[in-house]
Amino acid sequence: MESDIKLIDDDGKRLDGRMADELRKIKIEAGVLHRAEGSCYLEWGGNKVVVAVYGPREALPKHTQDPLKAVIKAKYNMAAFSVDDRKRPGPDRRSREISKVISEALAKVILTERFPRASIDINIEVLEAEAGTRCAGLTAAGVALADAGIPMKDIPVSCAAGKIGSKQEGDKKTGGHVVLDLGKQEDNFGDADMPIAISPRTGEILLLQMDGHLTLEEFDKALDLAITGCNIVSKIQKDALVKKYQSNVEVD
Amino acid sequence: MSQDKREIVIPSQLLGDIKSNKAGRGTFIENGKIYSETLGILNKSSDFINVVPLKGRYNAVEGDFVIGIVLEAMASSWLVNINAPYPALLHVNEVPWDVEFGETGKYLNYGDSIMAKILQVDAEKKLQITLKDRNLYKIRGGYITYIEPSKVPRLIGKKGSMISLLKKYTRCRIFVGQNGRIWIDGDNNNISKVLRAIRKIEEESLTYGLTNKIEELLKKDTKDVQ
Repeated sequence: MESDIKLIDDDGKRLDGRMADELRKIKIEAGVLHRAEGSCYLEWGGNKVVVAVYGPREALPKHTQDPLKAVIKAKYNMAAFSVDDRKRPGPDRRSREISKVISEALAKVILTERFPRASIDINIEVLEAEAGTRCAGLTAAGVALADAGIPMKDIPVSCAAGKIGSKQEGDKKTGGHVVLDLGKQEDNFGDADMPIAISPRTGEILLLQMDGHLTLEEFDKALDLAITGCNIVSKIQKDALVKKYQSNVEVD
Repeated sequence: MSQDKREIVIPSQLLGDIKSNKAGRGTFIENGKIYSETLGILNKSSDFINVVPLKGRYNAVEGDFVIGIVLEAMASSWLVNINAPYPALLHVNEVPWDVEFGETGKYLNYGDSIMAKILQVDAEKKLQITLKDRNLYKIRGGYITYIEPSKVPRLIGKKGSMISLLKKYTRCRIFVGQNGRIWIDGDNNNISKVLRAIRKIEEESLTYGLTNKIEELLKKDTKDVQ
């Protein structure tokens, strides 16, 4: 896509004033809903996401049950008012894909063999979207699962990296910068977006998708950058959980 | 509980290694290190490291007494919700009545509450409960409330100190199921008194000297003590 927007200036500053390796502002709050077993509210730049966790409970309909382990059913949904134009409500191709990859990422860290025949339902509701909602959703889901007291090996965390600011020269694109955590303009007019999710304790990759083109060197650079970003976000997740529950443990 | 401080741990938090400690409940081992698997309170006793979960569903254990709510009356059994991940099965052989085939609905039906004992938990986590034990019956009257199953030991107290305190000051009959459901019967005034105390216990379950605090709370508005 060609445009006259300059996504990154000569000093390396981006549209919203961030440097190449800077994240947007992140705020996480655990345990915001009373009816859900676990929940989380997350703001990531202009993204606003609420996640509710239900279960483990008996998986229904019965043919979805697995006699050896729990099934993880994440459901990603964007609210009709989450974007500038009205988003047609209901599941579509995109949200079904995101639900699937998030379910698979979460199933890797949850101790699913503890709950045979059960399902753990995770509802990810995007209230406001501004690029990177799957990362925001997965990150919030990690906190909500921990908040629900579900046994897991790690709190999964997600973050994106990408490439912006290349120039069209003939039929080739040249230049460009690998940057962390793309914003809306950068996502729409940039060259590549690569969301990843990791298990921060082991460094295992739980999710890796890529949209656009990167060379092998750029890919390696973007992956390293995204993992660094994940580790920063992981710290915020853990602080949010400790903050919520530490207040109950006052010693007198 | 002789620690000075209760520490909150979160999943994946490093707690120690297997050379100097033993991994207890709520932990898992990877590469010789012990990690927490759930959000909970760290509890080190002798050389065991345990994590007592803060939240989560009731984990059914054989022999536990629970309060269940009937979900369905089937031809020769009932399905009962005991707040575990799965509904529990109550077979007609496990009730004190002589039930004819297909007439289960006459004895227990949808919405009825029962006190029951966990009879069996198998590898597939199929649950069976029974009514054939002391003081197990269908609940008539009273009030049922709920707390987190992990807070049940706190409500009962050491050797039942907390629960006998509640009974002493309010003259209510109270039955605490291990699954977090609590049945209270008495006059309305006293029931609300018990409920207030239970909410306080739930809120401050992690503080010390709670039994004394609750005693003060109950003393304040009680004149006659049984």
